[in-house]
Amino acid sequence: MVGKIEPVNGSVKSGSNNPTNSATMTSNAKSDLLNSLSFKSFKLKTKQQELLIRVSILFLVYVLAFITRLFSVLRYESMIHEFDPYFNYRTTLFLTQKGFYEFWNWFDSESWYPLGRIIGGTLYPGLMVTAAIIYWGLRFLKFAVHIREVCVLTAPFFASNTTLVAYFFGKEIWDSGAGLVAAALIAICPGYISRSVAGSYDNEGVAIFALLLTFYLFVKAVNTGSLAWALASAFGYFYMVSAWGGYVFIINLIPLYVLVLLITGRYSMRLYVAYNCMYILGMLLAMQIRFVGFQHVQSGEHMAAMGVFFLIQVFYFLDWVKYMLSDTKLFQSFLKITVTSAVAVGTVALGVGTASGYISPWTGRFYSLLDPTYAKDHIPIIASVSEHQPTAWSSFMFDFHILLFLFPAGLYFCFKRLSDATIFIVMYGLTSMYFAGVMVRLILVATPAVCLISAIAVSATIKNLTQLVRAKPKVSQISSSKGVSNVKSSSKGSLDQSQPFQKNGAVALLFGAFYLLSKYATHCTWVTSEAYSSPSIVLAARGAHGNRVIFDDYREAYFWLRQNTPQDAKIMSWWDYGYQITAMGNRTVIVDNNTWNNTHIATVGRAMSSYEDEAYEIMRSLDVDYVLVVFGGVTGYSSDDINKFLWMVRIGGGVFPVIKEPDYLVNGEYRVDKGAAPKMLNCLMYKLSYYRFGELVTEYGKPPGYDRARGVEIGNKDIKLEHLEEAFTTSNWIVRIYRVKPPNNRW
Amino acid sequence: MSKSLVVFTLITLLPFLCYAFSPENPTDRKVLVLLDDFAIKSSHSLFFKSLQSRGFHFDFKLADDPKIALQRYGRYFYDALILFAPTIERFGGSVDSAAILDFVDSGHDLILAADSNASELIREIATECGVDFDEDPAAVVIDHTSYTVSETEGDHTLIASDDLIKSDVIVGSQKIEAPVLFQGIGHTLNPANTLVLKALSASPSAYSANPKSKLSSPPQLTGSAISLVSVIQARNSARILISGSLSLFSNRFFKSGVQKAGSPTKYDKSGNEQFSVELSKWVFHERGHLKAVNVKHHKVGETDEPAMYRINDELEYLVEIYEWSGKAWEPYVADDVQVQFYMMSPYVLKTLSTNNKGLYHTAFKVPDVYGVFQFKVEYQKLGYTTLSLSKQIPVRPFRHNEYERFIPTAYPYYGSAFSMMAGFFIFTIVHLYNK
Repeated sequence: MVGKIEPVNGSVKSGSNNPTNSATMTSNAKSDLLNSLSFKSFKLKTKQQELLIRVSILFLVYVLAFITRLFSVLRYESMIHEFDPYFNYRTTLFLTQKGFYEFWNWFDSESWYPLGRIIGGTLYPGLMVTAAIIYWGLRFLKFAVHIREVCVLTAPFFASNTTLVAYFFGKEIWDSGAGLVAAALIAICPGYISRSVAGSYDNEGVAIFALLLTFYLFVKAVNTGSLAWALASAFGYFYMVSAWGGYVFIINLIPLYVLVLLITGRYSMRLYVAYNCMYILGMLLAMQIRFVGFQHVQSGEHMAAMGVFFLIQVFYFLDWVKYMLSDTKLFQSFLKITVTSAVAVGTVALGVGTASGYISPWTGRFYSLLDPTYAKDHIPIIASVSEHQPTAWSSFMFDFHILLFLFPAGLYFCFKRLSDATIFIVMYGLTSMYFAGVMVRLILVATPAVCLISAIAVSATIKNLTQLVRAKPKVSQISSSKGVSNVKSSSKGSLDQSQPFQKNGAVALLFGAFYLLSKYATHCTWVTSEAYSSPSIVLAARGAHGNRVIFDDYREAYFWLRQNTPQDAKIMSWWDYGYQITAMGNRTVIVDNNTWNNTHIATVGRAMSSYEDEAYEIMRSLDVDYVLVVFGGVTGYSSDDINKFLWMVRIGGGVFPVIKEPDYLVNGEYRVDKGAAPKMLNCLMYKLSYYRFGELVTEYGKPPGYDRARGVEIGNKDIKLEHLEEAFTTSNWIVRIYRVKPPNNRW
Repeated sequence: MSKSLVVFTLITLLPFLCYAFSPENPTDRKVLVLLDDFAIKSSHSLFFKSLQSRGFHFDFKLADDPKIALQRYGRYFYDALILFAPTIERFGGSVDSAAILDFVDSGHDLILAADSNASELIREIATECGVDFDEDPAAVVIDHTSYTVSETEGDHTLIASDDLIKSDVIVGSQKIEAPVLFQGIGHTLNPANTLVLKALSASPSAYSANPKSKLSSPPQLTGSAISLVSVIQARNSARILISGSLSLFSNRFFKSGVQKAGSPTKYDKSGNEQFSVELSKWVFHERGHLKAVNVKHHKVGETDEPAMYRINDELEYLVEIYEWSGKAWEPYVADDVQVQFYMMSPYVLKTLSTNNKGLYHTAFKVPDVYGVFQFKVEYQKLGYTTLSLSKQIPVRPFRHNEYERFIPTAYPYYGSAFSMMAGFFIFTIVHLYNK
């Protein structure tokens, strides 16, 4: 066991040695300069100088990570982005106004009418509690901030904190140089920025911090075998569980890692202590989150962790028996019996648990991660979300840029210097890369691993190159000044002499590396400012003269709802807009982005894809007062309801077989022009989107009723509504609201 | 000065204001009568007189009078309209069929009488109310078995019908003994319309055809599908009476005796007067008009209405229902008023018990389901105003501290936890100090 600790300690030692070496060199170079300027007071010891540089770099990275995420605030205003953040904002507001117990027990009657939603029991409260604590803290310090500002800036703040964790993590698995590079890389990596710009007030903003912290603390616990670090990692895990459903990744990756260590014969007491403490305490803590509850002992997704927990006990027991038994033959037979019976007991327990229904089977979301085609065939509601699509190569390139090819290089370095920590980061990197390939949004989970592994590659390469550049004239000097210098550098030094142009080559390669890294920095900044800083609730476009045109139709419509509809009006819309309507319009919605009830969503999908009179019956049964549709035909806004309509049909048809997808297609083609299917031309969604659109000339030289989002002239220009009437259409026609008429007075 | 003037005006206006139709006082007061010509005023004077004696104010106008108007600036001048102008092709003034339908849709009542040569306009209004007159303009209702025996052997178009709607509220509690005389066109009810009712039906042997021409093809309307007089109560409780015969309301029919063919009894007086007067009472909200007030609900033992219930709460539901007697609100007594506790489907359905003073009451337990519920009273009784009350109330699950704290079945677990703690404590002491 003692022998097992050593390589880790060794790696840490060598890690801390190298920067000292380089720092010594810098200090040597600088000392003349400092002496000549006679700033005696500024003369610091080598260690202090190194610390100063490291701290100032970290500080700059910390600030950089924060300010690069502020593009959206500067471009638009301090506002909450997109869809889910509006729910988080609403709940945070509730939390700060009514206190924690009200929040914990909140039954929201304004969403999922008439079912309602137990908010306290169906969300991950970590984000809201974090923001509320920051808010209360600032208030306590007499900073009169509004809760919205806190919410807008929570994600950048936590992104900054993530850079610190990345530094320590990098230091733990490689050396502090790699840590600094990792911090710098993750600070501006687009894969992470996409979910943590100012205003993107979503679980992931906090969760990536918690995820990396948990991993870091666990690796630290494994390296040191200390109960304190394991306890800390359990608390990190608790924070992660409270913040995001992605904690399932942790609770599966860590057992997998332990299993790999067991198989590769790296079992040690440190691992035993770290895993047992982290698993048991983490599980107990996670049970305190209402939404998670007993899942750790009852759900199929968490069974791997429990299995590994029992396995590690068997390992420990065998170790002890081996220690007690001197007879190897006897031990061999004992081993066989024990392993067989343990596996048998485990299988029987799992089988009985699953058959009796005590252990729930894997959920659809979990399946769709393992089998990317599963959701498409079985759960249209998961497949319908754009961020659940398989990732395209281009988005890997877009989000990772040079990290994409630094990643394999880093893996190479990790394999070259294999330790418990590098095995962990390799496993984290490989599994998360797989998941990133399955779903676009999981690029986010892979980003820290990619940054860390790439940082190892960058740091190791640059260190080797700089050593080459410096080494040649000073080879003797180093070996003389540092008698105990490691064999590696001296062997390199001896290797240097044999190759010509080594130094020039190294310089050229260094320049190449800096060129690539600066390209990375410009790319990241460009992506952040162009692609990831749009709030998506306010749309911007370029006008004919190159000026910026702002479409603020969403807020216009929600404000109209807030001002002009009765307090208890029920709004039916596709579920994408549910959170925004409740948060900004303050009105009851039928379905929203928390897609917990597929049947309810399918009912709305059915209403949208039925004829008006059938839809009217459905709307009456749901007490719908207003229907809201999003329409992009005037502005050319392509993510509108007509383009989402096939998903409504699919989701509706999944529950109500009267809705059949082929009825809306012509030869498998989705059209809205004259050649469209008759059912398509007369369904409620088509009518509501294109009502009175046939009179409108949208583009010069095109016939009236020319849909700019789809580039066709619509097929049904003479739309008459019987049971609904137009109540409001925003200035650019993006949001259209219809009132459901009461039943005919005389019929 | 000006103040006193205002007060004075108010005082002088007060009786009129009190007379006005209102939810508090639902009987109509001011009635506009549109006529083809003023002769009808005298030929139907008995009908009008009976209404006038009950306090109605009539405003007789010719239907093509250019000055007639139902409303100005959204305020209606009249509470009800009697349309005794079956031949009118176009109303005078600003009135058209849409205006009349709007009049009804804003809660006012209508009596419409057609006749054998009813105009397109009258037919259109009727159609909009769910009544389809025979399309053949010359067709009238003929009945060769239940016609009225008269001096001359006629063409059996004057029929005596006693097939009345079985509702005391609509035709009065006093039984109409004598058959009702009818001479005019028949209609059918639109099957899509659920609100229209036959007040007076034709006998199974009746049919609708032109009596002067030979019947070449089977008639369109036959048997008891033919309605002679229909009533409609709209959703906003406006009431409409549509008759296929104008003469049904005439003095001549009111006074004439009647003997149904094949029946030995001869009545000195037809049932027309009683029938039309009783129907007009219903149409003008002197009968069958209900109101529900003071809908209340609260937990048992409390009086304040909560904003939200918890599952398994015991609650009480109270509502007061009154019926308008024509002069005052009187308690409505019935044993069939039900309340639903409804969320997409009724979870609780309870019959309310009454204290005979108008107060209806029930108590029940909130089901073990959370969501946004409604207290729904859907009281649809033939002839009465539809009571459709719904009051939304959310039902929440238990709070974290409302569950039982100590469950007897869990005592083994408590025991094991505490014994584990104690054991660990002892073990620690023994392990540390026993060396």
